[in-house]
Amino acid sequence: MGAQSISAILVSRLLQGILVVFLVVSIVFLVSRLARNPVEYLTTDETTAEEKELLKEQLGLSGPIGIQYVNFLIDAVQLDLGNSFISARPALSEVGSRASKTLQLGAAALIFSMVLGIPLGIIAALRRATPTDWLARLLAVLGQATPNFWLGLMLIFFFSVQLDLMPTGGSGGIEHLVLPTITLGLLSSAISMRLTRSGMIDVMNTDFVRTARAKGLRESTIIWRHALRHALLPVATILGIQVGYLIAGTIIVEQVFAWPGIGRLMLHTITVGDFPVLIAAILVISTSIVAANILVDLSYPIIDPRIRAGAR
Amino acid sequence: MSIEAAAPAADTIRRGFRIGVSWQRLLLLTPALIILGVFLIAGIFADLLSAYDPEEIVLIRRLMPPVLQEGGSWAHPLGTDNLGRDILSRVMHGARVSLLVVVTCIPASALIGTLIGLLAGWRVGWWDRLLMRLVDMQLALPALLFALLISVVFGRSLLNVIVIIIIFSWSGYARLVRADVLSLREQEFVVAARASGASDRRILFRHVLPNIVNTIVIMATLDVPAVILIEAALSFLNIGVAPGTPSWGAMISEGRNFMTIAWWPIWMPGIAILLVSLTGNLMGDWLRDTLDPRLRNVR
Repeated sequence: MGAQSISAILVSRLLQGILVVFLVVSIVFLVSRLARNPVEYLTTDETTAEEKELLKEQLGLSGPIGIQYVNFLIDAVQLDLGNSFISARPALSEVGSRASKTLQLGAAALIFSMVLGIPLGIIAALRRATPTDWLARLLAVLGQATPNFWLGLMLIFFFSVQLDLMPTGGSGGIEHLVLPTITLGLLSSAISMRLTRSGMIDVMNTDFVRTARAKGLRESTIIWRHALRHALLPVATILGIQVGYLIAGTIIVEQVFAWPGIGRLMLHTITVGDFPVLIAAILVISTSIVAANILVDLSYPIIDPRIRAGAR
Repeated sequence: MSIEAAAPAADTIRRGFRIGVSWQRLLLLTPALIILGVFLIAGIFADLLSAYDPEEIVLIRRLMPPVLQEGGSWAHPLGTDNLGRDILSRVMHGARVSLLVVVTCIPASALIGTLIGLLAGWRVGWWDRLLMRLVDMQLALPALLFALLISVVFGRSLLNVIVIIIIFSWSGYARLVRADVLSLREQEFVVAARASGASDRRILFRHVLPNIVNTIVIMATLDVPAVILIEAALSFLNIGVAPGTPSWGAMISEGRNFMTIAWWPIWMPGIAILLVSLTGNLMGDWLRDTLDPRLRNVR
């Protein structure tokens, strides 16, 4: 037990993670090869058959699909995902700059959701069954029910078109980040708020909080030093899922706000059929989701010392 | 005591429903039920109720405002869109699209997910590990992206939307059912049933399943707004229903370009989505609190 079991868990989680990423990328590779023949839309009617063959050869599209797949895997292991069909630059470098934009937006949204959701949840729990609680819960339910693409358009309508306070889209300064962050983070903040609230209510009824009260500790000490840590466990537990939500959400939000991130890139590559870039993007995304989940799993023992002793 | 009598399912359900509805809940539930009723009637009788063909283009009547605004008329209570189509008729037919997605996707994914979850929880080992990797995979591949690929390969249609949603929502049920089976399989009444020689199938369907039904019903209710939102999002991104189909998401996508000169083409379907999704969430929460308070943290 102890340190050895943690490293054993880490290794097995890493292996499983690699398997998952491998499966995802394989599915996307196979589906995209079934989708359309890139040679058809990269050429005109005047292109001769010979030129088409040559192009096929260059793009790695000749031969049976099984061979193509094996070749792709051999290259992929060396982090060579081929070149973009359109720009001819390496696919991974096409994705890189876009991924950092998405990371920016995703991180901002995650922080926003925590900063809004957790305090609101605590306040609601401490003032349970008061108008404050009621209002906070109403906000959370609204946040969960509002479709993010509609919310984004509404924000653009009011803050950009009517009030002219914010840019309608694109990226640049911090002001470009405000509306997309709210749009992307609202659902997560509603979820965090509800989890914090119910966690806090549960923990305030436990024996150790009662003991702390009986000892005569101040209420603020009880809340901040004893209760909060427990109340936030469920919030931490679903952090991995939240990252998945945020990444899925970013595809829509980037589209609404013309944010030049990886989601918009993927939509674009699918419409133009630039499959190497698409696969590179999917590789980056699935790896980050898997990594986030592993990190969350590994952080449990730090957040909750009760797990440290036991095996998971 | 017979083994049958030991299964506490029927009892739990009855006890669940006996908990009264507080007046606060009622205050929220009444409007929710009304909205649900309107949604169902609009969706089912869309053809009878709507005055216009939702896909009929009349350019001369385009972007007419709703009735309460200057220039609006009762002929088009919610106004018309950029192609002169009646928005009220389109919102009602949009309800039908949402309803269709709900009544096909949710039973199908609940059924598939439950069966696989039962199997994985019961036969721990190989099956179980396979299932959990599948679940991980779905977490790592955003449904939207997969939908995008499908729409490129097979084209845009309501059927494809339904298939995509089923592919991506069965795993939630499977995970939940599996967790419940894992804890139930060690309980006395299951052990007793096994000891008395009951077959696996009998144990699972007569003894284990009745104890999980509540969980599945709650999950399915909470899935209603989720599924409606996914369809709307797909159609908004132009990878959902076929072009022209009056889906709420597609209406918002079309209205988007005229947002600055006409607010109603995106407000009306947006409000429809919001109301229905709000209703689904409220009903789901209420069911969960009534049937199974343990599940508060599921979502």
